[in-house]
Amino acid sequence: MPDTLFLVELGGVVLVLAVLARVGARFGFSPIPLYLLAGLAFGEGGVIPLVTADDFIEAGAEIGLILLLFSLGLEYSARELVDSMRSNATIGLLDLVFNFVPGFVAGLFLGWGPVAATVLGGVTYISSSGVIARTLHDLEWMGNRETPIVLAILVFEDLVMAGFLPFITAILVGGDGTGVVLSIVLSLLVVLAVLAGAARYGPALSRAVFSHSDEAMLLGVLAIVLLMAGGTQALNISAAVGAFLAGIAMSGPSADRARALLVPLRAVFAAAFFIFFGVQIDPGGIPPVIVPAVALATVGAATKFVTGWIGAHRFGLRRRGRVRAGVALIARGEFSIVIAGLAVAAGAEPELGPIAATYVLVLAIVGPLAARAADRLPPSPTTGKAQST
Amino acid sequence: MPVVNEVRLPGIGVRYEFVTEDGSRVGVIHHRTGERELVLYEQDDPDTSHDLLRLTPEDGRTLAELLGVSQVARELTELEQDVEGLAIDRLPLAATSPYAGRTIGDTGARTKTGVSIVAILRPGGAIPAPGPEFGLQAGDVLVVVGTPRGIEELAILLRPS
Repeated sequence: MPDTLFLVELGGVVLVLAVLARVGARFGFSPIPLYLLAGLAFGEGGVIPLVTADDFIEAGAEIGLILLLFSLGLEYSARELVDSMRSNATIGLLDLVFNFVPGFVAGLFLGWGPVAATVLGGVTYISSSGVIARTLHDLEWMGNRETPIVLAILVFEDLVMAGFLPFITAILVGGDGTGVVLSIVLSLLVVLAVLAGAARYGPALSRAVFSHSDEAMLLGVLAIVLLMAGGTQALNISAAVGAFLAGIAMSGPSADRARALLVPLRAVFAAAFFIFFGVQIDPGGIPPVIVPAVALATVGAATKFVTGWIGAHRFGLRRRGRVRAGVALIARGEFSIVIAGLAVAAGAEPELGPIAATYVLVLAIVGPLAARAADRLPPSPTTGKAQST
Repeated sequence: MPVVNEVRLPGIGVRYEFVTEDGSRVGVIHHRTGERELVLYEQDDPDTSHDLLRLTPEDGRTLAELLGVSQVARELTELEQDVEGLAIDRLPLAATSPYAGRTIGDTGARTKTGVSIVAILRPGGAIPAPGPEFGLQAGDVLVVVGTPRGIEELAILLRPS
């Protein structure tokens, strides 16, 4: 009776997730690293490998990725993104250089090809908006003067990601030199066309999908997201990009309602996404890469700290504000996994998955911890002679 | 009335800050979810804030009512819920805005953005339905009605250039 077994197995997985989410909430941590660990245990070579539920979780993971990126897009309008790019270009580019380069160089060091190294650069670059937003809220930092700077850096990163994802998909698909260049150009053109379309027709689309019925609204939004994601995927551009662009296109009251309605759905499918990433990784692959991964995490924490420090310094903040901006940015999470997930799915370097997982595990935990430590820093002395850690 | 500083928090909402007569720096954070946070900044470190209150939309309205804000804003909020696609917002006029000390007609808000300025909130009380000859002052809070996009455009128009 395979059907009965399927439900029991899926129920077991969801039960584990429920317990982990509870643990995370209890201690004020993001459950993402815990989900990854659970995924490792459920995968091949793990403690309790899945037998029947893996197909379902794989499909769920795909939807989870789409919903993650769609919610990210919902946070912004096309105008906000463009404004942000103009006014935060310097610190945004600094962030990109400081945090992309270590991963890229480490990849080359490990003897990988440029494609896998670029992916690792993306993994080390992007901070976790989800973990950081939660930390800012929990520590009551929303009022602080460094917060707009931290958020501006995150927006810039998300914008870079909109260009990075199609780029990485194109180079992962590979082919000969001209083929790659062609598909990169094509995908960037599609992204620009959709962005322009979103700025122009987004409001009309948002009005069309708006409904006072929760059911009609939710289904309408889901249909648009899945179709956009599927459409971009059919063009060989990541489905994640289509979902992100769909989110950007939606604005006004529709975006507010969609955001609220999607919260529970996203929680379920995003969990499936993180589990599935863990499932794809052989836990046996982690011990050999633990040293480079932890070293990379140490560097990644330091470079983000410096980025935040410089950003806050440029806005004339004092020591304590600069420290807070630095530590706030350390956390990596969902989007590092999104980038690594594309490469793992495309069958890139086998060490990439374990390194990315370890890197995120470490920094998703260290980031919020460092923020809590910084929160207890004494006020800046006017002479500024005290040293922080 | 002190100058109200507006800071955008992308993905979160907007933060308004001002310095009270006795020198305390106060901030109000408008979350997009409707939640409101009231924060107070440390005297010796202006970068650091402490939460005084976290308010639900309903709490926020109650507090505003108790602090003496007129009925106008609240009735508009109810209107906003009735008409689809209509947005109502409050735009504070900074002292450095090019329109501080000029009239509503000068802004060309209606022609340029399609947005109507339906009331002005001042410490002395609200002025409903101001005409085009009405003189704006720094620190005024403009209650505006229009499309979300139009309001965004008006906010940019009023911003110090």
